[in-house]
Amino acid sequence: MRVLAALSGGVDSSVMAALLLDEGHEVVGATMKLWGGESDSGCCSVSDVEDARRSAAQLGIDHHVFNFSDEFDEYVVNPYVASYANGRTPNPCIECNRRLKFDVLLRRADMLGFDAVATGHHARVHVMADGSKRIARGHDSKKDQSYVLYPVTSSDLERVLLPIGEMTKDRVRSMAAELGLRTAPKPDSQDVCFITKSDGREAFLAARTELHQARVVDSDGVVVGAVDAIEMVTIGQRRGLNLAGGSEPRFVTDVDVSTSTVTIGTRRDLMTDVLVLDQIVWAAEAVTGQVMVQCSAHGTAEAALITDAAGPSDGSVTLRWMEPHRRVAPGQSVVMYQLVGGRELGEPPAATEVVVGGGIAR
Amino acid sequence: MSESPEGVIYLDHAATTPTRPEVVEAMAPFMNDRFGNPSGSHVVARSAVNAMDEAREVIAGIIGAEPGDVIFTSGGTEADNHAITGGLPSRSGVPICSAVEHHAVLDVVEALGGRTVAVDSQCRVSIDSLKAALDETGEETSIVSVMLANNEVGTINDLGPIADLVAEYSPQERRIPLHTDAVQAAAWLDLRAAASRADLISVSAHKLGGPKGIGALVVRKGTPIRPMILGGGQERGRRSGTPSVAAIVGFATALRMVDSERDLVTERVIGLRRRFIDGLSESIDEIVATIDDARTVPGTCHVCFEGADSESLLLLFESAGLVASAGSSCSSGASEPSHVLSAMSVADKLRDGAIRFSIGHGTTEDDIERAVDLIPGAVSRARAFFS
Repeated sequence: MRVLAALSGGVDSSVMAALLLDEGHEVVGATMKLWGGESDSGCCSVSDVEDARRSAAQLGIDHHVFNFSDEFDEYVVNPYVASYANGRTPNPCIECNRRLKFDVLLRRADMLGFDAVATGHHARVHVMADGSKRIARGHDSKKDQSYVLYPVTSSDLERVLLPIGEMTKDRVRSMAAELGLRTAPKPDSQDVCFITKSDGREAFLAARTELHQARVVDSDGVVVGAVDAIEMVTIGQRRGLNLAGGSEPRFVTDVDVSTSTVTIGTRRDLMTDVLVLDQIVWAAEAVTGQVMVQCSAHGTAEAALITDAAGPSDGSVTLRWMEPHRRVAPGQSVVMYQLVGGRELGEPPAATEVVVGGGIAR
Repeated sequence: MSESPEGVIYLDHAATTPTRPEVVEAMAPFMNDRFGNPSGSHVVARSAVNAMDEAREVIAGIIGAEPGDVIFTSGGTEADNHAITGGLPSRSGVPICSAVEHHAVLDVVEALGGRTVAVDSQCRVSIDSLKAALDETGEETSIVSVMLANNEVGTINDLGPIADLVAEYSPQERRIPLHTDAVQAAAWLDLRAAASRADLISVSAHKLGGPKGIGALVVRKGTPIRPMILGGGQERGRRSGTPSVAAIVGFATALRMVDSERDLVTERVIGLRRRFIDGLSESIDEIVATIDDARTVPGTCHVCFEGADSESLLLLFESAGLVASAGSSCSSGASEPSHVLSAMSVADKLRDGAIRFSIGHGTTEDDIERAVDLIPGAVSRARAFFS
């Protein structure tokens, strides 16, 4: 196949390109320049582009830089700011996957006549009994990135390759070292690539939207404090509320931008039985019944039941937790997994946890 | 990987043009037995300094300056920076430049708190706008900088009226210096005439068949200049650092060839460009030549393909075997929006699909015919995927 390898300048994607070459594919590397502003961990700084270019050269493949910074602003950065301004908690990495890597980049690859796009994510492509494909958790459970890939549907997977998902991170690093790639010792990227450690999220938001003071009330509506920027407050948050000491830990249970009110309560007040998801993306057809639900990139999945008849993609779904669960901040991505049977080539039959869908917490 | 891609049609000569074989040959002795440091006084040093003196005379003669006016620099960017700042400490006052200058001028002017002057839709400096800027800064004006030929669209500026205006605004005791960035012009125009009114002129060797890493700032007598790079006091104290003798010899060799072939090459390249534009216009709808070709240097052919984006066009051209550019590139290699097209108020729908094809001394008729054959297919594919 002719494969466009998305090279971020990190170790995973450079090893991914090497694996594809080993498998006999015709490989061309591409780095997306996404963010024009300040960045320290980011995936699109000049030094990362240089690392990507150098890795490509070391592997003997051609390399392009695609400037998608306008699309990144439009689909990732601006919605990120708008989401916080509305008191929600966005997940920009998922929006980047949804809109940039698995949309704009896929179309670019189509235009240039590539058969597939490959990324260095720690997730696998699982082939179901009917031959259709699903995102499955990566082999290295500590590094699993299937959560951030839920917008990649079964039909997208017909032209997406995720070779790194079969490997542990340690193996990736040792392979990079064996190949002499300069990315071998690079630290994993963390946090949001367009937010710098020195300035932080608050300064970033303050430069792009107005931040508002808000009162903090308890579950009876009694004012117990104040915060400088309600846009910085997230449901479930415990620290940074400037509260006088109390016997029991208190958490944010509600954020209402329209009335500039942050409500706090006990751990019990934070718990709920129900979770409603909007903007549902089903991997293939809608599922029903029990699912394992993961609410953050590195969270554990908990069991829940889809209570309403699952609607179409873009619709909503109501989940009932099997055990009471902390409220999920509105705006957060929530991913549903199910165990499926199946057999990897040459492996004994085993159940695999695959992404069946995901959505945005209401 | 394409280390030195064979068979690729190269229409990016304004970015850089191949080093001529004669240049490489002329440079070789100075990386072999004539390796001396020209600042020394012994026989090995003298062998190098003689070659450098000769090169300086050749270059000065072709630019229309005195040998003592020529300061060798690391290239066009250093020459531009040196001209605008005036050296260390920088000239007092407010620098003025056109809004379409290369960043090597524009960014220095901005860093010094200077002003920019508008251009018209053909990228010519607006005399009214320059007048307004001079009215405002008056005798505080430290320097005026207007490029001779624009690097993206190729428009040539007539420096005569600009020099007249600058002279008019100069205080009696001090001429406001006029600088011209002639980096793109030097491969095509006779600078003896075209740059005669400029007090400072920047030139770069690699745009005209010389090596990279060498250029010159011409500073005419009476124009104040201080060194920007301090050290051993080379170049009469105006630019320190051991000169790259081989590169300087290569620069002179290339410029001499450009000068002797100018009329023939100009006529031939204008013919190629005509054929190229006519060929594209025949087979592609909604294609706009950004500048009337009578106003540009012969090699530059800036075109806007409506309903496509530059980056996709360039990628598809490259897959089909042709390389060109979309104007400026940032350090990561990605295409950047053009400040030149913005200043010219080119409509967004045209700007999106802007491509600079630039023809060089070595471009053949066959290159142009092949380009005219392959471009339409790439354009229709880019248009099909454009959103």
